[in-house]
Amino acid sequence: MTMEKQTPVFEYAPAPESRSVVDIAPSYGLFIDGEFTEAADGKVFKTVSPSTEEVLSEIAQAGTEDVDRAVRAARKAFEKWSALPGSERAKYLFRIARIIQERSRELAVLETLDNGKPIKETRDADLPLVAAHFFYYAGWADKLDHAGFGANPRPLGVAGQVIPWNFPLLMLAWKIAPALATGNTVVLKPAETTPLSALFFADICRQAGLPKGVVNILPGYGATGAALVEHPDVNKVAFTGSTAVGKAIARQVAGTRKKVTLELGGKGANIVFDDAPIDQAVEGIVSGIFFNQGQVCCAGSRLLVQESIQDELLDSLKRRLSTLRLGDPLDKNTDIGAINSAEQLSRITTLVEAGEAEGAERWSAACELPSSGYWFAPTLFTNVTQAHTIARDEIFGPVLSVLTFRTPDEAVAKANNSQYGLSAGIWSEKGSRILAVANKLRAGVVWSNTFNKFDPTSPFGGYKESGFGREGGRHGLEAYLDV
Amino acid sequence: MSAGVYSCYARRYARLVTMPTTAHTLTDVAASESTLRRFLHGLPGVDAVGLEARAASLGTRSIKTTAKAYAIDLAISMVDLTTLEGADTPGKVRALGAKAVRPDPTDRTAPATAAVCVYPDMVATAKEAVAGSSVKVASVATAFPAGRAALSVKLADVRDAVAAGADEIDMVIDRGAFLAGNYMKVYDEIVAVKEACGASARLKVIFETGELSTYDNIRRASWLGMIAGADFIKTSTGKVAVNATPANTLLMLEAVRDFRAQTGVQVGVKPAGGIRTTKDAVKFLVLVNETAGEDWLDNHWFRFGASSLLNDLLMQRQKLATGRYSGPDYVTVD
Repeated sequence: MTMEKQTPVFEYAPAPESRSVVDIAPSYGLFIDGEFTEAADGKVFKTVSPSTEEVLSEIAQAGTEDVDRAVRAARKAFEKWSALPGSERAKYLFRIARIIQERSRELAVLETLDNGKPIKETRDADLPLVAAHFFYYAGWADKLDHAGFGANPRPLGVAGQVIPWNFPLLMLAWKIAPALATGNTVVLKPAETTPLSALFFADICRQAGLPKGVVNILPGYGATGAALVEHPDVNKVAFTGSTAVGKAIARQVAGTRKKVTLELGGKGANIVFDDAPIDQAVEGIVSGIFFNQGQVCCAGSRLLVQESIQDELLDSLKRRLSTLRLGDPLDKNTDIGAINSAEQLSRITTLVEAGEAEGAERWSAACELPSSGYWFAPTLFTNVTQAHTIARDEIFGPVLSVLTFRTPDEAVAKANNSQYGLSAGIWSEKGSRILAVANKLRAGVVWSNTFNKFDPTSPFGGYKESGFGREGGRHGLEAYLDV
Repeated sequence: MSAGVYSCYARRYARLVTMPTTAHTLTDVAASESTLRRFLHGLPGVDAVGLEARAASLGTRSIKTTAKAYAIDLAISMVDLTTLEGADTPGKVRALGAKAVRPDPTDRTAPATAAVCVYPDMVATAKEAVAGSSVKVASVATAFPAGRAALSVKLADVRDAVAAGADEIDMVIDRGAFLAGNYMKVYDEIVAVKEACGASARLKVIFETGELSTYDNIRRASWLGMIAGADFIKTSTGKVAVNATPANTLLMLEAVRDFRAQTGVQVGVKPAGGIRTTKDAVKFLVLVNETAGEDWLDNHWFRFGASSLLNDLLMQRQKLATGRYSGPDYVTVD
């Protein structure tokens, strides 16, 4: 399955980003009411670096009592924070954005250590987008009257936010920036495998002089998140993560007055027509499914290629995949980093085995996997049909399922034949075709001749079981306003 | 409708010639103006944003220590050290030749450059200056840089240069004919120049990408040049505003890669003009490595058309060897 790889003529020497720019403490507490504190029951958990399995730090694990303490702090802070003029709230957000930019190298290294994704991505994608998100919503804070929700729209109150591990700091920014801009206070639970950048963000809040209790960070597992969602004094629940947990949350808040937004799974279709710019389509397929090791809810995990160009496209794609560089995420030349956790790796492995068992043809790029840490070689499956598990279930890993279509109608039908509807891509040099197809796709975001491009001005969210509500852009304000 | 049909045509055609064969099979494409036009217009389009993004992303590769040392020496060995001034004199050309043969007088381990590149009337002088070395003499013929002369004049220019001993001819295409859609005229001219080069001289075909302007045109010109028999395809003359860029070079590297996959014939690439620093040159080598592949990492298949680049490469080489920046006084000024 994997081929022998010879020593390259032009071998890039190791170019690691320095780890010394970030100082990780041996332990971290919960961030409640502007202070770091231990958990009431004294529980802690460890966070490891997925690329080496090295323990990075020991983290306080928030329990029900801590959730209550944090929600009370947020409630107390809400009165003054929501009464501030928008222009004053904007000042804090601008300050936070600037501090993030100033500390971006440190945060990029931290994120790479805790998450396992390549430094190239944290440096060039995650951190710039995080800062941009805060800048963008800082700009809205004093212009809410003009956002299309009537005069003087009011905040909801305390927002309970639960975020995933795939873009720890970016998902935090997506949640916290609009919440604060609109005058809410927040209690945020980062994922258990990636709590560090949220705790560093807590430090940034202090550095920016943000009033106590406006932002509270509670690391923990699913139970912490459930306690937060359940808390009676939470007015708004925002969740990004798996569809299964999203459904549980929807059930949990049903019958309450809590407002909910859910951003869940996806099985994005990347549609390549025979008149596509092939070389750029190959790049788009690669960034669609291998960006962040495919651990992206809007990943282009289903490649729908027009049957007449299948062979040509797959040859180009395989050639391109064999140039991907997998390894030390801190190396500036690394394209593919580690899988975030042993648990996620086993989920990917199980689904890939199902793909093989169901008769799809597996191809993996030739690359040596490091001996420690969690790794999965970039993989693609051909001979996949709509009936295969790997064409329906979200794998959330560097695994691409290749399907074919004959006509634009068939492409649309297959793309929409999914429980999800988060993202899609269209590759064609023909503008009229792009517009016609895009209008028929049931997906929250449709990229044309590109993939996985993000911008704070653009709303993001799903159809069907990919969730509801929009984050980003003017639309993203609505989720945090009483309108 | 039309774009789809044409690209299907090109791809169907392409599949027919997938088997390794000589370039002659593809010359059928040039059987008539209409077959040539249909083939060139049937090539897949280029998405400009995507192409530039890919070039920029490869530009972020971090090439350090041993990799940098390898890249610097490789880049030096790929330089076509160039002087193309109205004020060129035998003295200037001799100095350039001496520098090409031994770029760093203080360090004999520094490789020689690939070639010196001069106007046809300086070929004989250049030939003497590099005699006995591996350095080739390239000459820009065909009414360089505008190419606005009769074919007979261009061919006479080429024959003069070849007769004077030029190892390589850098011709310019007729951009006017290309932009007017007279692809056959451009093709015929390249074929005629190739013939005038004879068996001894390799032909580099300059597109003047800055004048062709669009990436689609650059892809078409690349295939046109290769089908007509170019040994090298070259971006620019260095005499217009936009010369070699990472994106247009990446596009041409894709073209030679695909051409070899279809015909078995390998064609070289030469970006020229505007590449002045080691950092830039290394970025281009990364493009070569990750696009066309390591078979092109050799001065038989990749060149830099440059003049000031060499001194920066030498200064960086000294810096890498000694740990100190020696400064411009320690490289020769020509």
